[in-house]
Amino acid sequence: MSTANKVRKLSMAEAISEGIGQEMARDERVFVMGEDIGKYGGIFSATTGLLDQFGPERIMDTPISETGFMGAAIGAAAEGLRPISELMFVDFFGVCFDQIYNHLAKNTYMSGGACKFPVVITTGIGGGYNDAAQHSQCLYAMFAHVPGLKVVVPSNAYDAKGLMIQAIRDDNPVVFMYHKGIMGLSWMSYFEGSTNEVPAEPYTIPFGQAKVVRDGKDLTIVTLSQMVQKSVLAADKLAAEGIEAEIIDLRTLVPLDKETVLRSVAKTGRLLVADEDYLSFGVSGEIAAIVAEQLNHLQLKAPVRRLAVPDVPIPFSRPLEQFAIPQVDAIAAEARALMQLTLD
Amino acid sequence: MDPTSEQLLWMYEKMVEIREYEETMAKVYLEGKLPPKIQKGLAFDIGAGPVPGEMHLAAGQEPVAVGVCAHLRREDTVVGAHRPHHFAIAKDVDLLGMTSEMFGKANGLGKGKGGHMHLFDPAVKFSCSGIVGAGAPQACGAALAAKKLGKDWVAVSFFGEGAANQGAFHEALNLASLWKLPVIFVCEDNKYGISVEKSASTAIESNADRAAGYGMPGVLVDTNDAVAVFRAAGEAVARARRGEGPTLIEVKTDRYLGHFQGDPETYRPKNEAQQLRQHDPIVILGAQLRARGELDDAKDAALRSTISARVQAAYEHGRNSPYPAPEDALLHVFAD
Repeated sequence: MSTANKVRKLSMAEAISEGIGQEMARDERVFVMGEDIGKYGGIFSATTGLLDQFGPERIMDTPISETGFMGAAIGAAAEGLRPISELMFVDFFGVCFDQIYNHLAKNTYMSGGACKFPVVITTGIGGGYNDAAQHSQCLYAMFAHVPGLKVVVPSNAYDAKGLMIQAIRDDNPVVFMYHKGIMGLSWMSYFEGSTNEVPAEPYTIPFGQAKVVRDGKDLTIVTLSQMVQKSVLAADKLAAEGIEAEIIDLRTLVPLDKETVLRSVAKTGRLLVADEDYLSFGVSGEIAAIVAEQLNHLQLKAPVRRLAVPDVPIPFSRPLEQFAIPQVDAIAAEARALMQLTLD
Repeated sequence: MDPTSEQLLWMYEKMVEIREYEETMAKVYLEGKLPPKIQKGLAFDIGAGPVPGEMHLAAGQEPVAVGVCAHLRREDTVVGAHRPHHFAIAKDVDLLGMTSEMFGKANGLGKGKGGHMHLFDPAVKFSCSGIVGAGAPQACGAALAAKKLGKDWVAVSFFGEGAANQGAFHEALNLASLWKLPVIFVCEDNKYGISVEKSASTAIESNADRAAGYGMPGVLVDTNDAVAVFRAAGEAVARARRGEGPTLIEVKTDRYLGHFQGDPETYRPKNEAQQLRQHDPIVILGAQLRARGELDDAKDAALRSTISARVQAAYEHGRNSPYPAPEDALLHVFAD
């Protein structure tokens, strides 16, 4: 047997469900509610196998009543349970956001810290498979904008498992956002870099620690979720041209690891933010602002560049969607353009 | 199920306490909000005075709170709405902490971060929300937890008749019935959603009828009477504790004051509140107690004096407690 066979690779979906399952085995207060999370195993397979392992009392299919079961998660968490509540597509937040942003996010604050709400909301994000404007958004900036929610946006299986276990053990609301195009589903093409080696035992990854996915001296690409995988492919192309990109995977938006971003930008002097959320008022603007606020401490060689969905709903037709959502070639092109820019 | 003398007296005393609390607040709230102490040209300044912000008072609606809470234990959950004081007092929420909170003080239930619509007292499992209809799903969650933990605790969701037109209400009823949760949904029909009469907002006469659509009992209490509420709630709570699922109760009740303090109340006849006060549920219950020989003038005066002292002490406590340091605004976003 070759040693390669000993490496256990999991898809991000498998890693997430394994993480949830291990926490459910460890802590009987943990349970899952959501649409099609039982027999179906989650539309994006985030709960595959859990019904068989834990039964319908703890893996609870719900009616299509997001307000109902998001509110129920709040009520159950107030009683000391630790619900995981799945919002099938993040796009559906519109039918239940009151429970999330007016209650889940604020009740700890409004109680002066007297009440805790250890709820994990899992939700599918992202496009790239022609599902159009109501099923393809990222929207993590909207959740990160509201104080009181931690926001986790993994790019690969290893991180997803560690961040999921961390999320379940956190006493605060955590929105765990998995991109459909890196879940490793059998019915949707995905970026293979997201399927990687995952230890069988439980482990945690602390929030607020970005990861330097690739070292480079010429420019910094700050990114997250599926765009990390795209950025890695773009960086390979750039390397062939002699441009060494450093890639920062934010991993969590709340809390945000500003230090790692600033350290890298101080080193390279060039910043590109690659984001699949909308351009305006989002992650790319936030990262640019963080750098701008530190210009007395670091030296830029070129203006900051931002690559994101250009403030249009996600279109259906393939050429339109591939244009609107930044692709590998677009990241490489932005990086090349950035390398041509100077401050004078 | 009829109330014992002890239960009748408890309801009476709580109603007296609630009324005293609300009528005191009606006065305290106005302090500093009227001319000439405010910006020239204004008739009223909502953000001024010792108790700033909106203020929704429940004078007249006491029977709903006491008739239901008479059946509750400390471990039972109550989720109230934007008009929450009567429920809080009936659920034995810490009166000092609650009052301090309304004054925005550091020793308030929420350390001054919630105010009167957002009171949290986990010691007696009480919370409320300023968003109409939002509490019903949360009560389902508390009831789900009780079920999962193998306890016979129940959860009560109180809301106004306006909330029964919210999607959250209907989702919660379906969920509660589907999962046979120990929840009691209690709708206070005080006839108005702010200014809009129920007949202009609701397609059916009684929200209790909506229970049929979700396969649960629906009970209409068509009188603003503590004993009538007590009977209906007793059935519902017992049923929930037996594991037989939820009940929806609607109570026709009376709002003596405006939707909020400062409400010009141009939408209802000028003397309506006065007429409603002719059927004061406290007077009615007092008469019943007297008829049973449980109350006389001396006892009534004594208990009113004790209650008044307690309420006034709570207001003094709130008024005299220190404000939080301004930068404490940065604390408690997360529970770490």
